[in-house]
Parts: sequence; structure tokens; C-alpha cells
Amino acid sequence: MLNYSIFFLILVGIYGVLVLGLNVQWGYAGMFNIGVGAFFAVGAYASAIVTTPLSSEHLGGFGLPFWVGFLMAVAAAGSIAFLIGLITLNLRSDYLAIATIGIAEIISQILRNERWLTNGVRGITRIPRPFRGWIPGQDTLLYLGLVLLILLVVYWASERAYCSPWGRVLRAIREDEPATMAAGKNVLKFRLQAFVLGSMLMGLAGALYAHFVNFISPEAFQPEFATFIVWVMLIAGGSGNNRGALLGALVIWGVWSGSELLTNRLPAQWTTRAGPVRVLLIGILLQVILLTRSQGLLPERPPKPIWLPSAGRRQDLSPKRDPAE
Amino acid sequence: MSHLLQLLIYGLVLGSIYALGAIGVSLTFGILRFANFAHGDLMTLGAYFCLSFVSLGWPIALGGIPAALATALCAVVIDQLIYRRLRREAPVILLISSFGVALILRSLVQIFWGPNNQVYRSGIQLPWRLWGLRLKPDWVVILLGTTLLVVALHVFLQRTRVGKAMRAMADNFDLARITGIDTEGIILWTWAIGAALACAAGIFLGMDTRLHPTMGWRLLLPVFAAAILGGIGRPYGAIAGGLVIGVAEELSTLVINPAYKTGVAFAILVLMLIVRPTGLLGGRA
Repeated sequence: MLNYSIFFLILVGIYGVLVLGLNVQWGYAGMFNIGVGAFFAVGAYASAIVTTPLSSEHLGGFGLPFWVGFLMAVAAAGSIAFLIGLITLNLRSDYLAIATIGIAEIISQILRNERWLTNGVRGITRIPRPFRGWIPGQDTLLYLGLVLLILLVVYWASERAYCSPWGRVLRAIREDEPATMAAGKNVLKFRLQAFVLGSMLMGLAGALYAHFVNFISPEAFQPEFATFIVWVMLIAGGSGNNRGALLGALVIWGVWSGSELLTNRLPAQWTTRAGPVRVLLIGILLQVILLTRSQGLLPERPPKPIWLPSAGRRQDLSPKRDPAE
Repeated sequence: MSHLLQLLIYGLVLGSIYALGAIGVSLTFGILRFANFAHGDLMTLGAYFCLSFVSLGWPIALGGIPAALATALCAVVIDQLIYRRLRREAPVILLISSFGVALILRSLVQIFWGPNNQVYRSGIQLPWRLWGLRLKPDWVVILLGTTLLVVALHVFLQRTRVGKAMRAMADNFDLARITGIDTEGIILWTWAIGAALACAAGIFLGMDTRLHPTMGWRLLLPVFAAAILGGIGRPYGAIAGGLVIGVAEELSTLVINPAYKTGVAFAILVLMLIVRPTGLLGGRA
């Protein structure tokens, strides 16, 4: 039971980083990215390639420590996001969504077909788990510590970014792009920054995942699915609200894991259908949330302007004067 | 030379399938102003409905009729249950919702028909050999079927009251409502027609290759590329767009790995959106 809860919390932590990344893109700036799974996969593969021992089956053999892998994951996801962002971020949100489907599909085809790089559908094995052997038998616990530490840092940074002038410009772009442009802000530049930052977080989550499960293959990153559950987490928790994003990760991952208990009770001839039944439940849950509480469990609460007496606790975080003005 | 011609012909077959899908996307996008991400999975659903009738011993063409009706019914029910209630929200909420609907439809297909590849009929169809070309009889069926459906759609849009109302709504929704057009009723017609064409596209795709729960989702990108290439809200443009994308994808296999065909549709899509977002035939941006 203890092992199960450690396992559960590590995955919640990894999804938490993913959801925070999506929140920067969608919650802050209103950019519709359906390629979450692709950036997750890029991060996982980048870290796996630089940290695995020599193998004849894929690029690798660098055997570098895990933190170099994490940095590589962030850099790889960030640079791909930068290139993609340059050409697509001028598009309207629905067109951007379509474009990111294309990107996700192309990246998934690259993972399947470039065998020299990724070993194709057979995937990369022997990805080292950090801290193995530090305290015998407790490396999962140490890894949970690492995941939670990273999650905390990412949360803190996202929260700071949200309250900063930078975050305010992103929200302004989301609410009214022409007005923001008229106020003299370079909309494309801000969008690109948010897109790259969010994708870097997704890449980081990918690296955390790869070093946790030790084996990755394209099957683990079925774009529509890896992406879908992250979106449900953000919508359920409350897009724009970082605490909501984390709550969404916890609740939806709880529902997802709990639904396994439910599908285990299905008759034997249904066992092969357990996966689709669970996706179906999550899909219906999303529709119910959208229809009844589309702002999520914890709705977005932008920091109030500081001259209001009712500004609340967040007042301390917001700057006294906006240097961007 | 004959290799080029071969690719061109198959590109047209593939393009017909894209065109049928793109018409539905273009109609719903034009009238409801949101990109329906569940459209690909409606194709899948239609193809599987037809499979059920085929497994009862019906010929594919006959099974296609009740399958199209069932798909249309599903689209209307989804609209009434979900989309209608979200119409006052921002279009992007509908987009998220349709993404969820896509996953719901796909899991239903997996639950009822299983996750594996299936075919309408087993055994290999012998291709005809003409002037060094290999032509599958199914391709002729697909091309003729598409032509027939497109002509029927043309007559419907130009000659019937509902078709005219639909075009009016795509041109200017508010004006159409002021003139007394029953917009909610026309929206249902739009869903039904888009879904029936999606069903045909799914069946043709199933005849050409095989049935799989993700077959429609994989078509979403080229279908949207076709709809945008032709100009959103222009069903005739969507047909042209579908054929262009299909031929371009096939011809691209001369120079790139066929696995990256999707990249061609993607490149055309992005290029179009940057250079001429209104589409070739001048739809809405």
C-alpha cells in the first residue's frame, strides 16, 4: 500500500509538471496546444538518449548523469517549441490547435521510423533511475522527493510568473489581442516565450517520466491520449489557476487510477476493453465539467490591482510598479 | 511515367476520401464557427456501423445507407446533448468539448467492435492491369461514389430550401436568422449531412485500407488542411482542397519516406494559413 501511494504520488507529480506547463500556454496565454504528448515524448527521449549506456540499437552511449538528461530534455523540447512557434503562433487559436495535431503526428512518426535515433517501436530500455543504491530499496522514495522538489520549484516559478507584468501581458493577449497590440506589446514575442516555456516544462515532465519507468516506446506517448488526460486535468482543476492545475492533476489521476478498480470488476470477457471504458469515463467527466462548471474546481483569480483595499494575500506578490509600462 | 500516373490516380482516390470529410468540417465550421475535432471519429463510427451490416451479409453499398443514417443520428444527438448547451460559450470551449467527444466515440468503437484491425471482406482483390498501371476495382467504386455524393450535395445546396438556408447561414448567420430561417433546425441538417458524408468517407477508407479505431483521427489533419485550403465554409472549395492534398501527399512519396506523408498536409496547411488564410476560393479567414 505504501509502495502504491509512492508510485501514485510520483505520477501525480509528473502530471502536475505537465499540467503546469499546459497552464502557461493555455491558462495564461490562451494558446491551444494539442501536442502536449509530443513535447512530453521529446523530453523523455532526449533524456533517455544522453543517459543510457552504450547500445547498438539507438543513438546513445553517453551515459551522462541524470541532471544532464533533464537539462537536455528541457533544451530539446524548448528548441522544438521555438521552431514550431515561430511558424504557427500567428495563427488563431483553433488553427493553432489543428497545427499542433500535425506536429504531434509528425513527431510520433519520427519516433516510430527513425530507428537509428529511437530504436523505433521497440523503444529505449535501461534508462537509469537516479539515486539507485543510495539507500538500498528506497530509491523510489528518493525519486518521489526529487519529483516533489521539482514540482514545488516549477509551481513557485509559475505562480511568480502569473503575478508578474509578464503574466499580465499574457492574460491581456488572451482576453483581447488587438488591444494588447495597440498598447504596444509584441504579441508574437510574448506568445513565443509562453509557448517555449510551457513546452520546456512538458519536456521536463517527460524526462521525469522516462527515469521513473526506465523504459520508453512510442506506445507510451500516444499523442491523443497523453494529451487528452492532461487537458482534462487542467479544465477540471481550473485553467489559469496553478493550484487548480495541481488539484486537477491529483483528482483526475485519482479518478483514472480509481476507475481501474471499477474495470477490474467487469466480467472476464470485458478485460480487454477496460482501457477504452476508462477513457470513456474520463471523456464523459470532461463533458460534465464543461457543461456544469466550465471554470473548473478552483476558478482563476487574477491578482487584484494593488490600490484596492480588498486586494488579499496576493498583493505581496504583485509588483508595486509595472516595469513593462 | 506510369509510376507517376499511378501515384496521381491513387492521390485522387485518397483525395476523394479527404474531400468527403472536408465538406462536413467546412459546413460545420462555416455555420457553427468551431473546428469539430470529433469529425474524424464520426468517420470511424460510420465505417464501423457499415461493418456491422456487412457482417450480417449485406453488400457494402447497401449497408452504407443505414450506416449513414445512424451516423447522422449520432451527430444530431451529440449536438443536442452537448454542443447546443455550449453554443453561448467561447468557440474554444466547444473545441475542447469536441476533442472529448472524439475520445468518447473512439472508446465506444473500441468497446463495441474491438481494438484490432478489421476488413469488410477478407482476401485480396486482384487489380486490373492497364498500360502498366495497377488499378483496384475498389478505387473505381470510391471515385464514382464520391462523384455521385458531390453531385447530390450540389443539387441539395442549390435547389432545396434547406440547402439554400444553409448557404445563407454560412454567409451571414445573423442576417439569416433575421430573415426568419429556423437556424436551430438548419444546424441539425448541417450535422446530419456532414455526418452522412463523413460516414461515406469512413466506409471508402475502410474499403481502401482497413478499419481501425484510430483511422478517422489520423485523417483529421489532412481533412482540416483540405477544408482550409478550399476556404472555410465553402463546400466546393473543400472538394478541391481534398483532391489537392491527396495528390500532393501521394506525389511527395517520390522524394520522402511515405511515413511522413502527414508532413505534406501539415506544410500545406501552415503555408496556406500564413499566405492566404481565406483559402483558394476565398472563404472566410
